[in-house]
Amino acid sequence: MADLTTTFLGIRSPNPFWLASAPPTDKAYNVYRAFEAGWGGVVWKTLGEDPPIVNVSGPRYGAIYGPSRHLIGFNNIELITDRPLEVNLREIRQTKRDWPDRALVVSLMVPCEERSWKAILRQVEDASADGVELNLGCPHGMSERGMGSAVGQVPEYVEMVVRWCKENTRLPVIVKLTPNVTNILAPARAAKHGGADAVSLINTISAIMAVDLDAMTPSPNVDGRGAHGGYCGPAVKPVALRMVGEIARDPECAGMPISGIGGIATWRDAAEFMALGASNVQVCTAAMVYGFKVVQEMIDGLSDWMDAKGYQSVAEFVGRATRNFVDWEHLNLNYTVKARIDQSLCIQCGRCHIACEDTSHQAITREQDGKRHYEVIDAECVGCNLCVNVCPVEHCITLVPLPIGTVDPRTGREVEGYADWTTHPNNPASDAFRPAAAAGRSGP
Amino acid sequence: MSEHRSRDGVQSGRLPPEAYARNFGDAHPPMTRHQALVESDRCLFCYAAPCVEACPTSIDIPSFIRKIATGNLKGSARDILQQNIMGAVCARVCPTEVLCEGACVRNTAEDRPVAIGALQRHATDWLSDRGIQLFERGAPSGKRVAVVGGGPAGLSCAHRLALIGHAVTVFEARAKLGGLNEYGVAAYKVAGDVAQREVEYILGVGGIEVRLGQRLGRDLTLAGLRRDFDAVFLGIGLGAVNALGVDEPALDGVHDAIAYIERLRQTRDLSALPVGRRVVVVGGGMTAIDIATQTRRLGAEDVTIVYRRGPAQMSASAKEQDWAQTNGVRIVHWARPVRLQAADGKLSRVEFEYTRLDAQGQLAGTGERFTLSADMVFKAIGQVLVRDGLDGHADLLDIDSGRIAADAERRTSLPGVWAGGDCVAGGKDLTVVAVEDGKLAAQSIDRALRAGVQETTHG
Repeated sequence: MADLTTTFLGIRSPNPFWLASAPPTDKAYNVYRAFEAGWGGVVWKTLGEDPPIVNVSGPRYGAIYGPSRHLIGFNNIELITDRPLEVNLREIRQTKRDWPDRALVVSLMVPCEERSWKAILRQVEDASADGVELNLGCPHGMSERGMGSAVGQVPEYVEMVVRWCKENTRLPVIVKLTPNVTNILAPARAAKHGGADAVSLINTISAIMAVDLDAMTPSPNVDGRGAHGGYCGPAVKPVALRMVGEIARDPECAGMPISGIGGIATWRDAAEFMALGASNVQVCTAAMVYGFKVVQEMIDGLSDWMDAKGYQSVAEFVGRATRNFVDWEHLNLNYTVKARIDQSLCIQCGRCHIACEDTSHQAITREQDGKRHYEVIDAECVGCNLCVNVCPVEHCITLVPLPIGTVDPRTGREVEGYADWTTHPNNPASDAFRPAAAAGRSGP
Repeated sequence: MSEHRSRDGVQSGRLPPEAYARNFGDAHPPMTRHQALVESDRCLFCYAAPCVEACPTSIDIPSFIRKIATGNLKGSARDILQQNIMGAVCARVCPTEVLCEGACVRNTAEDRPVAIGALQRHATDWLSDRGIQLFERGAPSGKRVAVVGGGPAGLSCAHRLALIGHAVTVFEARAKLGGLNEYGVAAYKVAGDVAQREVEYILGVGGIEVRLGQRLGRDLTLAGLRRDFDAVFLGIGLGAVNALGVDEPALDGVHDAIAYIERLRQTRDLSALPVGRRVVVVGGGMTAIDIATQTRRLGAEDVTIVYRRGPAQMSASAKEQDWAQTNGVRIVHWARPVRLQAADGKLSRVEFEYTRLDAQGQLAGTGERFTLSADMVFKAIGQVLVRDGLDGHADLLDIDSGRIAADAERRTSLPGVWAGGDCVAGGKDLTVVAVEDGKLAAQSIDRALRAGVQETTHG
């Protein structure tokens, strides 16, 4: 059986699944329930200076749904903890005492002044937390007050705050990054330069969930008005994966551990984040939708998958996919695939046909001998994957590579070995550039 | 103590009073908004959707379902009703398992189609509950069309003609419009007066005059109608019932299933409607299922359908057969009646002979017999066209397989006369087919009348 024990910045936890700093980790009551359910650690909901902030008493959350009202995107306009600092610290101390084998990191957000950070860090140390996570990412409410993402969006501020913290605590410092930036590498590198022990990402994405068309107000509707909030849940996972991958492969950030966050709801999501470079993961929305029990599937699924793949420990697959995350120009332009439809699985819905016919390459038939029949026309198929994506039956349509040396019926040319854009004759920047040849080709 | 389930003979009030409303209320309750949303999410929005191809009225099913999913119920109902003005009743009575739902690709994917019928009901009920009229009478054309028969075919034709702008007069022999929707379908399929509400919706468009109690051959003649109107549409259904093919002495207890269902449908207090303790139904179609199930639900103790061939040959679908059996009806295949037995002038038993297919594939008796005790026997073995209603001109109207011959546009052999619904040859005896016939005929009538206008203009 695989060993799921994780050590992140020296903080041990029985598995890599932590609850992210968010409503589920606002109180000892919730955190105890989480630990009882099996969560490996928590990042306590962000503490701030007294007097505590005030939350709206109207709706704090919004959602978007997929089929059967499955929640795929979630949004909040909640702020940091609204409980007195002393209450939180007391509960943190007691929780660590009762659950010594679980990771307990405390999220922090105070005004952008060294003395504020210094003061709260000392109190958190006294509460025997395992580490701190700097909330430089909250995109709503706090950012207008010069905290959260207002800091995280300015690399110089990130570096400055991290430096203050490192100078004022012996605890490991994790910097939680906001995705609401043009290039995630700027704040990540700033965190590293400031001495951060790790980064965690992503925090939520600035978003308006919907517009209430009766009230004519953004939703959630708080007495006739709406504010932007922070977007999360399964829908943001692709955004988060990309940002985690960027940092993981960045030479300047090399060696800085990453805690992956963003739409993780299953063991597979977690494994993907870790394969791309995250040493552990943090979860919030899945717990808020399904309750804490959801971690049991994550533990079980990850363990079984590791057994199946022969991984003894999580460290063995962390970052395994990072080196294969490349820029477009390094993709093999000679790699040629054709879609194949397994007729025994086809349910004849025709979605592949109409998608290809209307919006792509007219490469799928619609009938044969007067009957519905969907088959790929290799001479037209560019292998784009659209049909695979729209097919309602898993594995019914697959992409099959053409072996090197075979002729692609679409181009009439033999499939050759690896060649990417950097060496392509159409690329003005390549040594092989031939303007005359390029003129005869059509653009992308 | 008011229960008389076990009393012999034909008795009323076999059930406790409260049982009737339950037994003849909605057989399948409507979907809730939540159920409709979950179910509508299952539609794959197929290309050239097989369900649409399987619908006789070609309703754009993926579109109306998508509109349910997006909360556009009015648009959804419009998609349905502009193709099938009787979409509310059809949602309840169509054998969807052999039409749209039978063609749904979800059958292949996971053995359970999208519940298209229930979703169609959801959208049309939404509209009906709000009394929204989606249609508007067309600018008057000056042309007058007679529609004979106020059933699905006639009303569909009348509605479409009114939308175009032709003045329509509907002649109906009975006291109410609606045809089989009002008189012939099992009560629990069209609970809550839905048939009359649909009739009112159709008439609500305006331009349709209704003349009740007008029977062709008694109060009207085809020749007169052809003389007085620019076009005539016949949607007269089938007026007579096939005979059992055995001696039918004048016995109490021998009934025509259609007539009994009609009586049941028009009875307000069903506890007053007499029904036998033991009931035998001869036939294999929807009418056989409907009479058997409804007599069970009136409190008959033993109800047996006897059909001369096997389950696969029954025109009632497998789902309908299951429904009857779930209601406690026994179905005996491969047997035919040979004799009605009487006691004291009343039916007492029906004698049957087992059947099989002989070497030539012809149905033949095996010689082996059995008898079933019966207080009532119902004939549900198909209906036939009443030809003498056709004004003695039946010879001029071409007849095909005992019904009026009509072409693809529902034109008969008589100029200026169209026909549709159960009275024409080649149909499936389905409400939805009758609606389509009426629609096609109206379009054809309009083309003919326009051509006529041009002739007179240029002539």
